[in-house]
Amino acid sequence: MTDHIETDVVIIGAGPVGLFAVFELGLLDIKCHLIDILPKVGGQCAELYPEKPIYDIPGFPMVTGQGLVDNLMAQIEPFHPTFHLNEMVESLESIGTPEAPLFRVRTSENGTTFTCKAVIIAAGGGSFQPKKPPIENIEAYEGTGVYYAVRKMEMFRNKKVLIVGGGDSALDWTVNLQPIAKRLTLLHRRDAFRAAPHTVEKMRSLVASGDMDLHLGQVTSLKGEEPVLEGAVIRKDDGSEFTVDCDVMLPFFGLTMKLGPIADWGLNLHENLIPVDTEKFETNVSGIFAIGDINTYPGKLKLILSGFHEGALAAQKVHRYVYPEKKLLFQYTTSSTSLQKKLGVAA
Amino acid sequence: MGVIHVTDRAGQRHTLEAIEGWRVMEIIRDWGLPIEGLCGGACECATCHVFVAEEWLGRLYPPTEEEEDQLDTVMTQPNSRLSCQILWTPELDGLEVTLAPTGA
Repeated sequence: MTDHIETDVVIIGAGPVGLFAVFELGLLDIKCHLIDILPKVGGQCAELYPEKPIYDIPGFPMVTGQGLVDNLMAQIEPFHPTFHLNEMVESLESIGTPEAPLFRVRTSENGTTFTCKAVIIAAGGGSFQPKKPPIENIEAYEGTGVYYAVRKMEMFRNKKVLIVGGGDSALDWTVNLQPIAKRLTLLHRRDAFRAAPHTVEKMRSLVASGDMDLHLGQVTSLKGEEPVLEGAVIRKDDGSEFTVDCDVMLPFFGLTMKLGPIADWGLNLHENLIPVDTEKFETNVSGIFAIGDINTYPGKLKLILSGFHEGALAAQKVHRYVYPEKKLLFQYTTSSTSLQKKLGVAA
Repeated sequence: MGVIHVTDRAGQRHTLEAIEGWRVMEIIRDWGLPIEGLCGGACECATCHVFVAEEWLGRLYPPTEEEEDQLDTVMTQPNSRLSCQILWTPELDGLEVTLAPTGA
């Protein structure tokens, strides 16, 4: 079943800049939906450095990545944005005119479609995707013998499973799949794991009792007539090689960022960035804006604070598309009763 | 003042002027070679992975636990390092590194 949603603005990316755009649009009575490929909001702040202190957010001598995201969520709460997480925007199609833009946006996972008057791309470095190990012809086995995520455990019943990695995902799936796999092998670069200690302990006891194998080394090539995986060649630190028989390999090497489908939307691109003007932060397509790390213009600094500024200015132009008849009055939240009403703080 | 030598993924060797106090990743990026440095030097992504020439390996500060954790997420060799974790000082004049392949 496909959902269809009509709204004012679709924001692609729920990182700090996309979140703050909700605030600036909200003050102008503009409703929005946010789409993000991650299962949670916050983008890089939440995914890459939730615990890391940030020192250059105005007004915060120090705030962590997650702390900033939590505060932004509290700040935009009055505007009730709708989040579509775990979804990637697959297509963006212009169905309006430059004077009255209209867009159809479609996501991949649920196939939700949106009709909206403006699109704000706040996608940072692109969409987070599993890091693929640089093994020749690995693509040939993807979906048949190589998986970067476990969607259904049943798929791995009675299979010879090779899990690669030393983090939480690798260790969690080792412990979870071991009981149903025909044989499970865990491969890691070194004998140290950065996963929950009790999971590491559990894995070690399974190795000690002979119920699974642990090898140290790295996969250098894959064996089997494509696309049927039969084994992986592993190189140890001393340079020697051996083969592990396996039907499936699950590499868990963390996430990386890719521009993805954005490249196919007819936007001008410059080295994987989207050029915009510095008055409205609009792209070469009327009604499509780009703010935050994903845009470029003379003097661009990839700072969160720049993205906040860009969102505020873009919102002014979005207002003209959403309310072509209305004149926009510039107001301050300190003094405007109407803005305070929108924020739910009017006396 | 000094230099570093960087071999790119096409096998071409570049000699880059280095600046004291800069991370090797930043020097490589500033000269326009294709190094991603996605997280900006926070030791959070491993996209600045390089192979350090054997003769230089012992002259670098050993990797921290945090760097090892990130190296777990890429295909390493015994001479793998994250270039954002190498601060350039005049003792590293002539440092020789090779850009590691990027993931697919």
